[in-house]
Amino acid sequence: MGSRTLSEFEYLKPRSIDEAISLLLKYGDKAKALAGGSDLFIDIKLHGFRPEYLVDITGITELKGIIFNGKELRIGAATLLSEIADSQLIRDKYVTLFESVAEIATTQVRNIATIGGNICNASPAADTVPPLIVLEAKAEIAGQSGVRAVLLEEFFTGSGQTVLQAGDILTVISIPAPAQHRGTSFIRINRAASDLATLNVAVALQTDNSTCQEVKIALGAVAPTPIRAKKAEAILKKEEVNQDTIAEAARAITEEISPITDVRSTADYRKDVAAVITKKALLKAYERSKKS
Amino acid sequence: MNEVKSLEVKELNKEIELNVNEEKHSLSVAPNHTLLSVLRNQLGLTGTKYGCGTGECGSCTVLVDSKPIPSCLILAVAVEGKRIVTIEGLSQNGNLHPIQEEFVKSMAIQCGYCTPGFVLITKALLDQNPNPTNEEIKQYIKGNICRCTGYVTIVKAINAATERLKKPKRQRYDSGI
Repeated sequence: MGSRTLSEFEYLKPRSIDEAISLLLKYGDKAKALAGGSDLFIDIKLHGFRPEYLVDITGITELKGIIFNGKELRIGAATLLSEIADSQLIRDKYVTLFESVAEIATTQVRNIATIGGNICNASPAADTVPPLIVLEAKAEIAGQSGVRAVLLEEFFTGSGQTVLQAGDILTVISIPAPAQHRGTSFIRINRAASDLATLNVAVALQTDNSTCQEVKIALGAVAPTPIRAKKAEAILKKEEVNQDTIAEAARAITEEISPITDVRSTADYRKDVAAVITKKALLKAYERSKKS
Repeated sequence: MNEVKSLEVKELNKEIELNVNEEKHSLSVAPNHTLLSVLRNQLGLTGTKYGCGTGECGSCTVLVDSKPIPSCLILAVAVEGKRIVTIEGLSQNGNLHPIQEEFVKSMAIQCGYCTPGFVLITKALLDQNPNPTNEEIKQYIKGNICRCTGYVTIVKAINAATERLKKPKRQRYDSGI
C-alpha cells in the first residue's frame, strides 16, 4: 500500500449535526468523523487505520465560523486553522491562540486542517490545545442525548483519547471574553516547519501593577495529554512578578512533567527545555499584560 | 445479508463533476482516491507531483478556491463544486505565467520536481499579499521542500515575480494642486 493510496471506505457527507450523529451511531466503530484529514489520512496511509465509513463533517455550516457575542468567542469545530490565523479579533485579544495557529504545520495544511480536528485527534503535542486550556475554553459536544459542555482541560483522557462517546461530535469551542490586564503567549519547539511540536507551552497571566492576580500555564508533549502546570502557577499567584519569581516557577516545571524519549527528543532534553520556554513565555505574557 | 449489501454499496464509485483549470470534467471517482491521484491518473494532469504523501513537502500543491492545499491529503469527492487550479492552468495561450518566467530567469529550477508546487504557492502568496517581505515569503513557503536547486534562487524568483506583477500605482488627484 505504501503512503500513496488510501484503503477503501465509503464517503458520507452529512449536511446537519443531527444527520452526522445518526450516521456515526449507525456505523459505530466502523465510522470515523473526517474534519480535514491532515491527521486522519496519515493514520490510514501509514499507521494501518482502516475505517469503513468516513463521515465528512466539514460541509456542515453550523460547525463553521468565528463569532464573538459579547460574552464569549465561539469557534465552530470545522473552522480552518487558516481562518483562525486570519481573524483580527484572535490576533488582538487571544494572542496565545493566534501564535499557535499562525505557524502550525504549513500554509497548505492550515487550509485543510480544522481546530476541531486538531483537538479530537488528541495528540499530546497538539499546538492549539495548551492555548485553549489557558484561555479556559470549553468544548461543546453534541450527541444522541443532547448537548453538553466540557472544559477543554478535562476533554482528554489519554494519548489519542477523549471523553467523546459513540455518536458524539465536537461542535464549538467557546472561550470567555478576554480579561483586563491579561497577557498571553505561546512558544513551540520543533525540528522542522511541518513537524509536530517537540514541546509547547501557553501562558495566560493577569496582573495588577506587578502582582500576579491569575495565571495559567499549560504544556504539550510532556505527558500523555496536554497538562496544566499547577505548582508553577501556585508559585506566582498573588506574588510580585519579577525575574526571580518567574525563574522559580520555571524551575518547578521540571518536577511537574513526565516527558518521554521518542524520535523527536529525549526526556531530559524536554525537561530542560520546558523550563526555558516556560520562562520565556511567562516574560512575554507579563510584558503584554502591562500593555493590555 | 445487510453486511453483504453494504459491501456492494462500497464498491460503487461516485459520479462527480470537477472544475479544473476552468474546465468541467464529469468523472466516476472512487471515494478513497485523493485529488492528486485523480488529477494525475484520470485527468492526465501530471504536472502535480507526488512527493511525501503526508502533507510535508508541498510538491502536490494545487489551488482550491484560490487557496493552496496539499492534494495528497484531500479526497477528490470532497472538492466537487470548487475551482481547482493546477500548474497546467497557469499559462495562457501557450505563454508562461510571469511567475513561471521569473523562475526560469532566476534559474530557480534544477530537477524541476518541486517547481509546480513552488510556482503555485507563489501565485497564492502574491494574490493575497502583493508585496511580501523576505521573511513573509520564507514563512509562506515553509511547506515546500526543494532538495537540489536551493532556496536562494527560489526566493530570488519570488521577489522578481513580485516586482513584475506589481500593479502600477494608482494616480492620486489631490485637491488644490
